[in-house]
Amino acid sequence: MALVRLRGPLKQLAGGQGEHRVGGATIRELLCELETLQPALDGWILDERRQVRRHINVFVNGEYGSEETAVAPDDRVDVLPAISGG
Amino acid sequence: MTELLVGTKKGLFVLEGEPGAGFAVTARAFAGEPVEYAMRDPRTGRLLASLTSPFYGPKIYVADEGADLSADWRQAAGVELPDGGDTALARIWTIVPGEADGTLYAGGDPGVLFVSRDGGERWELVHSLWEHPTRPRWQAGGGGLCLHSIVPWPGEPDRLALAMSAVGIWLTDDGGETWRHGNQGLRPRYLPEDAPQDTFDLCVHNVHRAPQRPERLFLQFHGGVYRSDDAGESWTDIGAGLPSDFGFPLVIDPADPDSAYVIPLKADMDRVTPEGHVRVYETRDAGATWAPRGDGLPQQDAYLTVLRQAFAQAREGEALELYFGATSGDVFGSGDAGATWATVADHLPPVYSVRVGRA
Repeated sequence: MALVRLRGPLKQLAGGQGEHRVGGATIRELLCELETLQPALDGWILDERRQVRRHINVFVNGEYGSEETAVAPDDRVDVLPAISGG
Repeated sequence: MTELLVGTKKGLFVLEGEPGAGFAVTARAFAGEPVEYAMRDPRTGRLLASLTSPFYGPKIYVADEGADLSADWRQAAGVELPDGGDTALARIWTIVPGEADGTLYAGGDPGVLFVSRDGGERWELVHSLWEHPTRPRWQAGGGGLCLHSIVPWPGEPDRLALAMSAVGIWLTDDGGETWRHGNQGLRPRYLPEDAPQDTFDLCVHNVHRAPQRPERLFLQFHGGVYRSDDAGESWTDIGAGLPSDFGFPLVIDPADPDSAYVIPLKADMDRVTPEGHVRVYETRDAGATWAPRGDGLPQQDAYLTVLRQAFAQAREGEALELYFGATSGDVFGSGDAGATWATVADHLPPVYSVRVGRA
């Protein structure tokens, strides 16, 4: 299973745990599974369309990913708020 | 002592003070997050606030009576559209107590109504409006497809009026099982003169009902101020006499069904207080005449923008309190029905909403 790393409010919502082992063949599958394991995250990373919210970035081993990006069991997935706002 | 709940671009500010004077900030919550709206349910004392995080999406939070308002908030459940669909919830614009025990309504973008029957802990989408057959024709206004006004009928839980920008007035008499338009008489200047009379591309900005005479409503339109005397079925333009009949917020004196207060803004693109004067306009004859109320408000080089939910009222009659905030971060208040005004707070972040928690 891939290693998902969370920070800030996402980590707090996940019981204060910043690292999670989660299964899934794509980022979308992995994040849906993460929501199942950590229900308080429901709606925070993925919206109702199961798309990653516009100002959240997901990286796979340091590279930008999208919902369809493939994830391997030994990959590292970082979920981070984007640099945006004002 | 009056409590104000001020939603801003950078969090919720709770202010307390005496009417007609400056207020003190007694709590700040959700630092850095846009708080669109906050209200206190007078039946329970519970506070509800809607946030639109640019990162994590729109949420509703609740805090119980007596809670530490800087910290003790919890997320309400169910504030979301159907999972796996092609639309995401964009924003919650308003939260309003219903007439039935424990019932609250929330309106948002894209043209959605939620209902809670447990005081705001859990919410359900009102599917009759979500699945309305005309929805594919609905047009968004500049602020989105926002359901911003929810107007219960005192003592009759099944009767409700809604306003959406830009989809006009909606009425139900059966608790939201069915909906019909109440747009007769609204005249949009932004459409061609030969546009169909039954168009519902109607950019309503705000609606309030007179509780002493519930069939009477006042409406701020995108160009025009209107009154209805038949429960929102039809409307009469009462904007003559205002320096501009464009604006967003509107309040009424609950004791006087002939009263309304508006804050005119220069139409259409400028959207600031006309000629650099900040003035609230009052009618006490159902819109036949309007009088400026600006004593104590900035009267020179003051180009403020007052947003849709940033004007609030408490008490009634001669004790009527009025409060409004601007995107400049200024909040002003009157403790004498608008006769005189004082600065309640300044240097806040841009103000999105003002509501009276307690008075």
